[in-house]
Amino acid sequence: MNIIVCIKQVPDTTEVRLNPETGTLIRDGVPSIMNPDDKAGLEAALRIKDKNAATVTVISMGPPQAEAILRESLAMGADEAFLITDKVFGGSDTLATSSILAAAIKTMSYDLIITGRQAIDGDTAQVGPQIAEHLGLVNVSYAEGIEVEGNYVVVKRQYEDRYHMIKAKMPCLITALSELNEPRYMTPGGIFDAYRQREVKILARPDLDVIDTNIGLKGSPTRVAKSFTKELKGKGTVVQLDVEESVDFLIESLQKKFVI
Amino acid sequence: MNLQDYKGIFVFAQQVDGKISSVSYELVGEAKRLAADLNTDVTAVLLGHNVTGLADKLAIYGADHVIVVDDPALETYMTDPYTVALHAVLQAKKPDILLLGATAIGRDLGPRVSGRGATGLTADCTKLDIDLETKGLRMTRPAFGGNIMATIICPVHRPQIATVRSGVMQRLDVNPDAKARVEVFPVPGLENAIAVEILEIIKKTTAKMDIQDANVLISGGRGMGGAENYQILEDLAKVLGGTVSSSRAGVDAGWMDKELQVGQTGKTVRPNLYIACGISGAIQHLAGMEESEIIIAINKDPDAPIFGVADFGVVGDVFKIVPALTAGIQKIVDEK
Repeated sequence: MNIIVCIKQVPDTTEVRLNPETGTLIRDGVPSIMNPDDKAGLEAALRIKDKNAATVTVISMGPPQAEAILRESLAMGADEAFLITDKVFGGSDTLATSSILAAAIKTMSYDLIITGRQAIDGDTAQVGPQIAEHLGLVNVSYAEGIEVEGNYVVVKRQYEDRYHMIKAKMPCLITALSELNEPRYMTPGGIFDAYRQREVKILARPDLDVIDTNIGLKGSPTRVAKSFTKELKGKGTVVQLDVEESVDFLIESLQKKFVI
Repeated sequence: MNLQDYKGIFVFAQQVDGKISSVSYELVGEAKRLAADLNTDVTAVLLGHNVTGLADKLAIYGADHVIVVDDPALETYMTDPYTVALHAVLQAKKPDILLLGATAIGRDLGPRVSGRGATGLTADCTKLDIDLETKGLRMTRPAFGGNIMATIICPVHRPQIATVRSGVMQRLDVNPDAKARVEVFPVPGLENAIAVEILEIIKKTTAKMDIQDANVLISGGRGMGGAENYQILEDLAKVLGGTVSSSRAGVDAGWMDKELQVGQTGKTVRPNLYIACGISGAIQHLAGMEESEIIIAINKDPDAPIFGVADFGVVGDVFKIVPALTAGIQKIVDEK
């Protein structure tokens, strides 16, 4: 079986800055990692490969430096890697991004597509189900467990207060939670191969069957009108006293607010 | 697309096991506030099986109209029949705005209907307002782990779709006499849309109350040092009639259940009183609790960011102050 895993390179969210004029991310100089939910998705695919005869293909849309996480995936055990990159893809919102990823996936053969539930930079959880929508596939979101049974997958699908054990016929798309597993490390041999021997193939606009009005900034229904850092609530009263005085201060405060 | 053809605010009224999720009432309340600026009305869209009777509940929380798709295929949430049904309603009724809860259902259904309708979707909004000039919806949400807020617009596609986390918006006061106009909206062939089989439903067992419903939360963080130390928080919660919650650090360390986690990746809470004990106040945590009415912080580090949102802060040792505070409050309660 063929498994495609969609991964995203994300900035370390503690060091993010925005371009105040365009409202878009400044990625340069910010440490980048493979998005955690995506990495769990990759690990799930590799575990399926460990048990069954399967090929794991990783794809990522992003700027040229996103190649790093594709190399990392190869070093973890993925068979093939594609970087989907083109200037005209820039500024895509989730709908445009999913159109591009779906077009890339259409050039490949697949039984199962795994994406992360959401990326830590955007937290939208939209791209996975939207890829499925464009491809006309069933999707099962929020997977906390994945088992392959013949032509079917059985997914432990998380909700707030319950799980559904969902049996879906392949081809289908699953979005993975980082709770799914503990991703493996790259092996030294894998790292050597990934960086010296293996190829990360490039897919650009001319390689894909997409409509120009559906991609990039102009293909995006949503746009950032404004971005800003959050103002914290006004500072209250902070005291540094001994224990007894501290307690008196808190009790007085609670009484003043009629809590007690 | 002629934007003038799209009118009204729709709310996806999520129900599970025949019970409407609380976020749906919050969204109806928020939709009413937005509707005032647009001079329009609010329609709740209720999908399920044998759920028509729930329409009255949506009315008393402010829904002017309720559209019900009642079908055996909608008994339990499944992506495909729900997408087909909601898409059919949107195609027929052409709302200007659609709001869904940012729940495990809404965050699955929202992307599918936005993709099918080729329109925009903004996830996990914490603030919604109307641009009075363009009459467009301004959707504000945290991004990059809560570091930055972004206001998103969807200028030329309709409906404008947003998901909103539960606990962020406020429901209206109940008007017990309110009645909504109920329209039963059949969608033919829904059973053919069922594409997966649900083999089993496993309910998570939890004895604790939902921290989003608590009036008083006593929350512990990394500074609690271990699961066994949460007892002093339980004791304080008891005298204040509250319940215990946790920061992400306490959950990641395995001291507390994920269900009790406050913050960006946990729950958004707005109790009357929030007491943060040994919580430094990472931005991700603040995002989940800063709307609380009164915030008290107890932390040994005077530079902890939690003091930036606290109404009353005490720099000191949680293990000394919390038990003494519990005893002090107990004494006052006993004297009353």
